[in-house]
Amino acid sequence: MSTALLPVAAISGDAIRSGLAPLCAALGPADSTLERFPLLLRDLATGWLPEPWRWIVNSLLAIVVVFVAFALLFALLTLAERKLVARVQNRPGPNRTGIPLTQIRLGGLGQPFADGIKMLTKEDLVPRDADRVLHFLAPVALLAFSILAFAVIPYGRHLVPVELDAAVLYFFAAGAATELAVFMAGWASRNKYSLLAAMRALAQLISYELPLLLSVVPVVLVAGTLSTTGIVERQGAWHFGFLPAWHVFTPWGFAGFLLFFVAALAEANRSPFDLPEAESELIAGHLTEYSGFKYALFFMAEYFGMCALSGMAVTLFLGGWQAPLPFLEFLPSYGWFALKLLALLAGFMWIRATFPRLRIDQLTRLAWKFLVPLALINLGTAAFWSLTAHWTGPLQLLRWAVALTLVIGPFVGLGRRLSAGTAPRTYRYA
Amino acid sequence: MIVAFATIALFTLAAAAVAMTLRNLIHSALLLIGSWLGIAAFYLWAGAEFVAFAQVLIYVGAVSMVVLFAVLLTRHSRADLSVAPDAARRVIPALLAGGAVLGVLFGGVLSTPLRVATPGAPAFGVRELGRLLMGPHAAALLILGALLTVALLGAMVIAAPSRREDGSNSPDPS
Amino acid sequence: MLGTGLLQGLAVTAKNFVGSFHDPARLVTTEYPEQTTKLPENYRNFPFLVCDAEQDPLGTLRCVACRICETECPPQCIYIVMERDAKGKALKKPKVFDLDISVCMSCQICVEVCPFDAIKMDQHYEIAETGRFRELLLDREALTKSNAYYHRIHPTEAAAVDALLAEQAARQAAAKSAKAAPAAKAPENPPPPPPAA
Repeated sequence: MSTALLPVAAISGDAIRSGLAPLCAALGPADSTLERFPLLLRDLATGWLPEPWRWIVNSLLAIVVVFVAFALLFALLTLAERKLVARVQNRPGPNRTGIPLTQIRLGGLGQPFADGIKMLTKEDLVPRDADRVLHFLAPVALLAFSILAFAVIPYGRHLVPVELDAAVLYFFAAGAATELAVFMAGWASRNKYSLLAAMRALAQLISYELPLLLSVVPVVLVAGTLSTTGIVERQGAWHFGFLPAWHVFTPWGFAGFLLFFVAALAEANRSPFDLPEAESELIAGHLTEYSGFKYALFFMAEYFGMCALSGMAVTLFLGGWQAPLPFLEFLPSYGWFALKLLALLAGFMWIRATFPRLRIDQLTRLAWKFLVPLALINLGTAAFWSLTAHWTGPLQLLRWAVALTLVIGPFVGLGRRLSAGTAPRTYRYA
Repeated sequence: MIVAFATIALFTLAAAAVAMTLRNLIHSALLLIGSWLGIAAFYLWAGAEFVAFAQVLIYVGAVSMVVLFAVLLTRHSRADLSVAPDAARRVIPALLAGGAVLGVLFGGVLSTPLRVATPGAPAFGVRELGRLLMGPHAAALLILGALLTVALLGAMVIAAPSRREDGSNSPDPS
Repeated sequence: MLGTGLLQGLAVTAKNFVGSFHDPARLVTTEYPEQTTKLPENYRNFPFLVCDAEQDPLGTLRCVACRICETECPPQCIYIVMERDAKGKALKKPKVFDLDISVCMSCQICVEVCPFDAIKMDQHYEIAETGRFRELLLDREALTKSNAYYHRIHPTEAAAVDALLAEQAARQAAAKSAKAAPAAKAPENPPPPPPAA
């Protein structure tokens, strides 16, 4: 079966111009039908087209599938977030919405679509003196750059939409360009409070760019490549037969993962860093003058950013589409990716349900005084780790000990120094 | 190939030209950012992926913020944002100076014998770029790094609140 | 160490999340209207007229239209008209007993002053109507509910009222039989004192 498929795969997956990554000649789980199921479907649909058309249609198909999948995920995520946060708060969450105009209740599954219809039918107000062109372009630009970021995440063994040599840089370039749209939104509203809030949002985004990028540099250093597929493939081994070689299971990788996670929380404007969009902060911040569908687009862009950053975290630190144990590879690679992505997104929601919001000065202080030094030290730890990769036997223990000290020491030390002078809270009841 | 080149060129030049002529300073800044995106498209067209993404990351992601913050923080009111040429007298020397620069650039481009790229030229990967930067060009990289650090420190010193004689801090009047 | 507080917070929310699936103390929502909260026994809202037999509600009303509740009601939301027969003699029943629940404040004074335990407090709370004037003016038919209903909503109170009424009835019967017997034997004896109400 697999050998019969190879000629077809060679034609469709051949060369640089294919829509999906070229098939590697690796055997094993790469050959199982379940693993290649998306490719088989795609070849079934477009295999009969002549060559340049097939590449165009394949690319368009990849774009549409990724977009639709993440749009559906966005809808379900809004519902899942509400239900998760509700359960933490001892209440059930939305559980009534189902199919409209009937009494069928789907346990709340119709809620995202109800919200979407509500947003669509709201009146689209643009203030009279606002800059109409910029006001319209801001959500468009934000959404465009957020969707661009999905192109380089490997969703499965053969499922990366665009194979780039400098994929990680592309991802962060797309993310950096979204900050421009935040400024456009705040400026175009012709509302000095919106502008102020846009400046604060921008300050937050720029402050957390640095820990985000710095926590990714050790991964690139150890993996030796900027390509996301390369990074995932380098995490494919198992130490001692059961411990996956994911980056998160190394000292510098664990620290890097936590730094990336915190910086991703802030980059996506998620609680506890959701100062720009909190209701008690200058109304809705830079989104005050937006209503209806444009507001929904802003939220969509925020959730897309969250999903993209989670996808990148899974790729860089959690082994991408690799299975955690060798015998668990019956679940195809895209299944493992989806599971890890959902776990990270649940982590985002868990954190939102738990922690109160940070003030702007606490936010920026955390970024510049805590995360950036830790990320720089983490870079050093990763350099040490990669330089001592050839140590074996008892030297391995020394390697782990030194790396752990380099990770835990500065964390505890910086933490002590920064929280010096603040005593544990005492409550006095009058 | 040439169609793509012409389209990108047209877009970049149009963005820059309109950025020059618009009254609204923020619109000009945003169009300038658009022209930087056009330059990134040029790099992509030429196959230099790394430089293209670096251009987007640095220019559109960071320098644009600097430009916009600078514009916003130095305008006293919204009325200040509209700019217009001061007088016709200043347009003529400006055009002459611009024309001179353009002439020098054209002369340089036309007089250089450009090697025609062989079809199927090998993609210059990130790894080779890294090796070149850390090898033969390491000195330049380190000097640039030192220069940027000095610039950053200088900016912080200029922007820091000045300490008066009685010891209280006062923000720099700007 | 830095971060232990954060982890404790995460543990608390995780415990709440997991508990909300199996622990009733961690999911305290009653999903109205499919589930309703059981009202406490002493909850009261708006009066109703007690009748003794469910089969003939208006015939076995305890109310004798004495109009004491109408007089004592602070916002004056009760309107009573005594039923009179063809000759104008008062039959001890109300022809009209209107209670405006948009005015009633559930103060229970009418219940306290009624000598016949004829009006008691109900436990309405789903009384939304679409009109303010006609729909919220309850008439005699709407106000009449049986003693069995009264037992269902206020069991202790209803049991006490029933005991009191039974004692009254027994005393009246005893007084009547005591009055009848000496009346047959010694008419010169002073009549027995009237039974206590």
